[in-house]
Amino acid sequence: MPSKPKTANTWYLLIFLVLFSLVPVLKTTNYQMLLAAHVLVWGLFAVSFNMLFGVTGMLSFGQALYYGMGAYGAGLCVKYLGQAWFFPGMALGIVLAAVTAWLLGHLIIRVSGVFFTMLTLAFGQLGWQVMFKWYSFTGGDDGVQNIIPPGLFSNKVIYYYLVLALVGASIWFLGRLSASPMGLILRCVRQNPERVRFLGRRVRRNQQRIYIISSLFTALAGGLMSGVDYSIHTDMFYWTTSGHVILMSILGGIGQFFGPLVGAAVIVTIEDVVGAFTEYWSLIIGTVMLVMVLGLPRGLMGEISQLWTRLPGRQQALTTREEGN
Amino acid sequence: MDFSFIVVQLISGLTMATFLFLIASGLTLIFGVGKVFNFAHGSFFMIGAYVGYQFSSVWGQNFWLSLLCGGLFAGLLGMVAEFFFLRRIYGRADEGGFQILLTYSFILILDDLVKLVWGTEYKSLAKPPALSGAISMGGIVVPTYNVAVIAIGLAVVVAAWWLLNNTRGGRIARASALDREMLSVLGVNVPMTMTLVFGIATALAGMTGVLAAPLRSVTPGAGIEVIIDSLIVVVLGGLGNFWGAWLAALLIGEVNSFAIVLVPKWATLFSYLVMALTLIFKPEGLFAPRKVRRV
Repeated sequence: MPSKPKTANTWYLLIFLVLFSLVPVLKTTNYQMLLAAHVLVWGLFAVSFNMLFGVTGMLSFGQALYYGMGAYGAGLCVKYLGQAWFFPGMALGIVLAAVTAWLLGHLIIRVSGVFFTMLTLAFGQLGWQVMFKWYSFTGGDDGVQNIIPPGLFSNKVIYYYLVLALVGASIWFLGRLSASPMGLILRCVRQNPERVRFLGRRVRRNQQRIYIISSLFTALAGGLMSGVDYSIHTDMFYWTTSGHVILMSILGGIGQFFGPLVGAAVIVTIEDVVGAFTEYWSLIIGTVMLVMVLGLPRGLMGEISQLWTRLPGRQQALTTREEGN
Repeated sequence: MDFSFIVVQLISGLTMATFLFLIASGLTLIFGVGKVFNFAHGSFFMIGAYVGYQFSSVWGQNFWLSLLCGGLFAGLLGMVAEFFFLRRIYGRADEGGFQILLTYSFILILDDLVKLVWGTEYKSLAKPPALSGAISMGGIVVPTYNVAVIAIGLAVVVAAWWLLNNTRGGRIARASALDREMLSVLGVNVPMTMTLVFGIATALAGMTGVLAAPLRSVTPGAGIEVIIDSLIVVVLGGLGNFWGAWLAALLIGEVNSFAIVLVPKWATLFSYLVMALTLIFKPEGLFAPRKVRRV
């Protein structure tokens, strides 16, 4: 990712935005637009997750917590205060997620490696337990229905373009961040934390920052999803949601900025096709994960870019790339 | 709250602590010897419980035979998983993350295989007839089975500790935790040791699954609940600290068993609370010696 010129990423993003902005024009059913919106929201979720895992090397198994907070911020405000509170509620959810990430970050960034992962999982499940059992406030596993964005945005096409704009802007921002000096430090944190200390940079402070930023955009994805589906559910907090986003990132390729986005598109599509035939969805996910981890750890995008660099005449690019890594 | 109530809750807490410790010790063993974190450890617990159910409730076999078979099956499955899959990613860059992801895929696959074979309904397993009664001590009635579980757990712990410290196999396991390279220079088959250790730990998890089955129903998805609880135990005890994990299991078991009576609705939150407090005040684990903290 660092070796790819910034302009190429901007072009990819533009192509992606143009393709997705054509969906409402070319669609034959509303369902196709819903799927496209799902790809966008999951794509944002996966890209912000990958800022943690692929870039900084922090495997969080609890991002569902922040996703759920964004969704429940919007959903509960609509439920208790009325439709007009959809966007303020979403903002509230995002702020809450950032504050929670700041507090939790202090607790769990002290430990590293697998124990970081397991603590994020444990705190994520804690959040799920609270939402699940606090029936009188959250509606438990019934969730909340009829969360319709206010005014103009109750129109599905207009809301779709809002989602597209926000997701596009967020991904652009994260892309810039990943290519910025801070992004470089984050990559150093993944590869060699000791050297980051030698450079006079603080490892934990940078980890803390990216944890908050990633959680903030995750909450935005959650908030947007509540308006796409018109409903929220405690499953959004459940650990399988975190697992889902990890699978998307791995499938697309954690070493590529746009990998997770591609992974999200593939998974949402497969889910739509296969989900109709079988209830054994997690068997399929598990097998895909197994194959990716053992055989294709670079992910789809990673393998494609590897093939591309191996084309004759591009050997030079390959060597500089490996030095860069 | 009278005295007999407290004793009964203490015993049920001890029972839970025994289960937690049996799982957490396997987790610690694998992590200590091979630096592998087995996220799917709870799934081997679940597989053991289902195999035990199959033997005991479906085929009408003796409980103890079912216990043995549940453990054996889980252990063999664990060895297969280590030998054919986990072994391939040792030494890869970012190994820790990939270990979790690979073992996570085991959780997903095992969960659905269990659903395919046994369906989604709750299954139950009867206690062995000899232990289904209750012991009465000075007016306090305690289920025999719970006492037996605690005794079995203690025996397993002492036996494991003795084996690790006093046998050649135990020495090899401890040595491979310290220096794999030197051990292989000395002519020990280190990869095979790891497979065997993995098998022993998963067999222990499987047997725990059968032991726990009469007290809690057997369900798919039990794997993840169990792994989170035993993970809390491992974190509280101090990473890789055998006796620390035992004390932590006791603490979590007792906290849970009292909370479930006093505040039934929010009982499950208490173990998280204990974990959060520990992380705030003593992040290296409750029972770990204080170390110099890294920046």
